Amino acid sequence: MDCSHPCLVLENVSRDFGGLRAVDSVNLTIQPGERHALIGPNGAGKTTLFNLISGELRATDGTISFFGADVTRLAPDRRAARGIARTFQITKLFPNLTVLENVLLACEALDRRKFTMHRPLASYRDLAQKAANLLEAFGLAQLRQELVRNLSHGDQRKVDVALSMAGRPQLLLLDEPMAGLSPGESHSMHELLEKLDSTIAVLLIEHDMDVAFAFAEKITVLSQGRVLTEGHKDEVRASRTVQQIYLGAEEPPC
Amino acid sequence: MAEFRQIGWKASVPTLVIVLLAAVPPFLSSYWVGLLTQIMIFAILAMSLDILLGYTGLPSLGHAGFFGVAAYTVAVLATAYHAGFWTCVASGIIIGTLLSAAFGLLVSHVRDVYFLMITLALGMVLWGLSNRWITVTGGDNGISGIPRVMTGPITFYEVTLLIFIGCTALMMLFISSPFGFTLKGIRESESRMKSLGVNTWLHCYLSYVIAGAFASVAGVLWAYYNAFVGPTYLDLTASSEVFLMVTLGGPGTLVGPALGAGAIVLLKNVISAYTQRWLMILGAIYIMTILGAPQGLWNLRRRSRSRA
Repeated sequence: MDCSHPCLVLENVSRDFGGLRAVDSVNLTIQPGERHALIGPNGAGKTTLFNLISGELRATDGTISFFGADVTRLAPDRRAARGIARTFQITKLFPNLTVLENVLLACEALDRRKFTMHRPLASYRDLAQKAANLLEAFGLAQLRQELVRNLSHGDQRKVDVALSMAGRPQLLLLDEPMAGLSPGESHSMHELLEKLDSTIAVLLIEHDMDVAFAFAEKITVLSQGRVLTEGHKDEVRASRTVQQIYLGAEEPPC
Repeated sequence: MAEFRQIGWKASVPTLVIVLLAAVPPFLSSYWVGLLTQIMIFAILAMSLDILLGYTGLPSLGHAGFFGVAAYTVAVLATAYHAGFWTCVASGIIIGTLLSAAFGLLVSHVRDVYFLMITLALGMVLWGLSNRWITVTGGDNGISGIPRVMTGPITFYEVTLLIFIGCTALMMLFISSPFGFTLKGIRESESRMKSLGVNTWLHCYLSYVIAGAFASVAGVLWAYYNAFVGPTYLDLTASSEVFLMVTLGGPGTLVGPALGAGAIVLLKNVISAYTQRWLMILGAIYIMTILGAPQGLWNLRRRSRSRA
């Protein structure tokens, strides 16, 4: 992989839904290992932008490159194979399988052996070991035999992140990993995110400003599909436009 | 210790079933031997549909099409062209599989009710062909006079038993393999599988072709067992019957659909001795399954165990 290229570059990326321009000429650059947060009010286009980066949606305009290679037209599975992983705002897991089986699926998803049909999965000790390590790292080892649908919301979020980390990605997209968590769960999720491999670039969507500013060095503010401000967290915190978006604009003096 | 006992139990039950199936024919009338043969043939067919319906989550309503086409291939080659036994067997399986490879291209990108509708339509196309392409298929009359290859019902029964054991073992290995496991993932959440890096179209396609191949094996057996092939073996009713075998027995278990095949074949034979209205009974069974055991009979057992 060419180290001279940034991890992810978005150039003038737009997406239309009929007449609605949900994402409007967004430019964004993420360096390897960067911690970047994407904030903005509801309907700003944050999740749509995620879907464009991960390939669930195709961009109407613009280009997306990943380590210098154009991935704008690639299907989600091809992008995952290149090292883009994501979690979902509404957790998408395998509800009727156990935690261990969920993680095993993620471990084999980017492995050539996923096409093997003549040997039981259980006979691959290394995949089982990999899954066990992942469960250990995410504090899920105790729950490995539980069906995912029986887990608490907080534990499901952990499984979600564990699945996306199984393929050793270079870019991790986290779509509101703290949403709906209790303060305790939120705290342990935050610790977990802090412990993630520092060479992986992380792009985080977050509503909770404290979390976003604590986690990321760089912040991009999205509003009505456009990038409003981008920069170091201190600049963004001081920005008047951002304060207006979040706190409401003052009435202009007549 | 408990684990050891469980493994012992797991190994001993299939062995017992196989030994019983191998040992009973001399004690049964040829009618019952024939019925057991039918059950095993339809069990292969039902298990092959289970790969699609139960494991991959693709509801196919045209699955009897591959069964029927393989049977027709044997019938046409054996009667009109007097082809040898092995030519017929190989052609039946190959043509059935090739057809599923072609149909798979048309159906693998759709899901749920759309998948159901397209497979239903393709199944009807095959039925139409069998009904109208009279020069080859004999139309309504079907093709009779497929030569008996193994004299005496017991010999054919034993061959069927061997193929049944072989197919069951292969399908069990298939579903426990890494590939089979990805199918479960697609059933549970296809979009997550995609974002994890799996080309779900390809996996659905391969699953469709493999299910078609096993259905073809059942079709070849059926042609030789029945010595007659007609449009009723690949029409919508035939496909729905297989569908019901799977839903009644328990999708996603392989064992359940095999037992479902046994139940349906038995009921069909017993009930048709008393009434012509077999389809009405079939419908009633379907409704009762959906109301009483929506996950199928074999899954009732699992549910009661997990409650305990």
